[in-house]
Order: sequence, then structure tokens, then C-alpha cells
Amino acid sequence: MSIEVRIPTILRTFTGGEKAVEAKGDTLAGLIDDLDSRHAGIKGRLLTDEGKLHRFVNVYVNDEDVRFLGSLETPLKDGDSVTVLPAVAGGAGESMLAGG
Amino acid sequence: MSVAATPDVLSLPREMVEQALVHARRDHPDECCGVISARDGVATRLVEMDNAERSPTGFTFDSAQWLQVYRELDDADEEPFVVYHSHTATEAYPSRTDIRWSETAGFPYWLIVSTRAEQDEVRAFTIDGAIVTEVAVHLT
Repeated sequence: MSIEVRIPTILRTFTGGEKAVEAKGDTLAGLIDDLDSRHAGIKGRLLTDEGKLHRFVNVYVNDEDVRFLGSLETPLKDGDSVTVLPAVAGGAGESMLAGG
Repeated sequence: MSVAATPDVLSLPREMVEQALVHARRDHPDECCGVISARDGVATRLVEMDNAERSPTGFTFDSAQWLQVYRELDDADEEPFVVYHSHTATEAYPSRTDIRWSETAGFPYWLIVSTRAEQDEVRAFTIDGAIVTEVAVHLT
């Protein structure tokens, strides 16, 4: 079982500059653990200390934002594709939406 | 993570800055947001983004649109270069929220338009941790 994970520029320091890497997992949480075993430290950029998906990143499974799927429990199967992007937000006041 | 060291002048085509100003005026009093990409440090295109917050005090890139735009840029070997947005009741200077998001958003430059007064104000910055440095905008 192999899943392609597309990595944004800002996280390619963890993947030796690679735009896309392979990882395994039955769920997104499992995939992130596997990813971290191959690219140490990347988990800390994706998950909070409490183990939740960080509001500063968007993760998509087959182009669907996992916040609208099952978040870290989103099931994965062979051939799925996962894309990680930095969330982009800001503004004059407190940003309420991102990371929802 | 801070973004790579950047020069203290930001060169942008005049029409891109004008488009950002028009976008800011159109969305006022809500904040607008968008992306300018670059190849080898030279601005290549501006993409107006949907502000998923539709708010006068904040912006968040629509996540589905951002995926599509990022992929197009990446496939064309372009990079996120400038994120622009508007402040509609305050000055064109990074807020605490902007500074916090700049650490992870992955853009070397932040361009901010203020539409609070009749006369638009547009300023550009690099943000490295808590250090905000204004950079001159050079229109080409």
C-alpha cells in the first residue's frame, strides 16, 4: 500500500527538497506517523502538541479538505493522494475561521 | 519557519499593484486577499483569492481554490511570492494576526492595502518571526 503525499515548498526541508514522497497508512493519522518515521520532524509541523491537525496547514485527501471529511480519522486506501498546503490567513483582527 | 532572506526592494509590475487596489476597493468593507507568484524572484501572475471569512477584520484563503491555484503554480515552477490583503479600517501595517500567520504561510512578502481613507495606502513588508521590515515597492 502506497500513497503519494505532495509537500509544499515550505515543508520540503523535511523531504530533502522532494515535491512528493510516498507513505503508508490506513488513516491520515497513521500516514502522518509513517511520514514522520521517514522524514523526522514533519509531524510537528502538521499536528499540535495535543495531536490535532494544526490550523496552520490544510491537508487534502483526493483534493478534498480533510476538515470536511474525517480529519485525522479519514480512511486511506492504496492509490489515494494526499496534499499538504500551508493555510493562508491573516487580517486586521483575530482570524476566526482557519483551522476550524 | 521564516522564509528565505529577501532583498529590501520588492519589484512588481504596476498593473499587478493596480489590480490589488481595485480588488481591495471592490471587496471593501470586507478584506480582500490574493497571491502574486514568481519565478526566480520575478513576479509572474496575480491570482485573486476568495476570502472564505468574508469579513471586515480577517481573511482566509478558500481551501479548495488554494489547492487548485497552488498546484497550477507548482506545476509551472512558480513559487508563492507575495500574499496581499486589505485592512479596511486600519493602517496598511501587519497586525498581530498577520505576524502569527506569516511564520507558516510561506510567502516572502506581505503586501497590505488600506482602504480606510479615500486615498488608498499600499505598503510591503517582510516578516521574520516578530521582526517586521518595510520594503520599498518598485513599480516596473
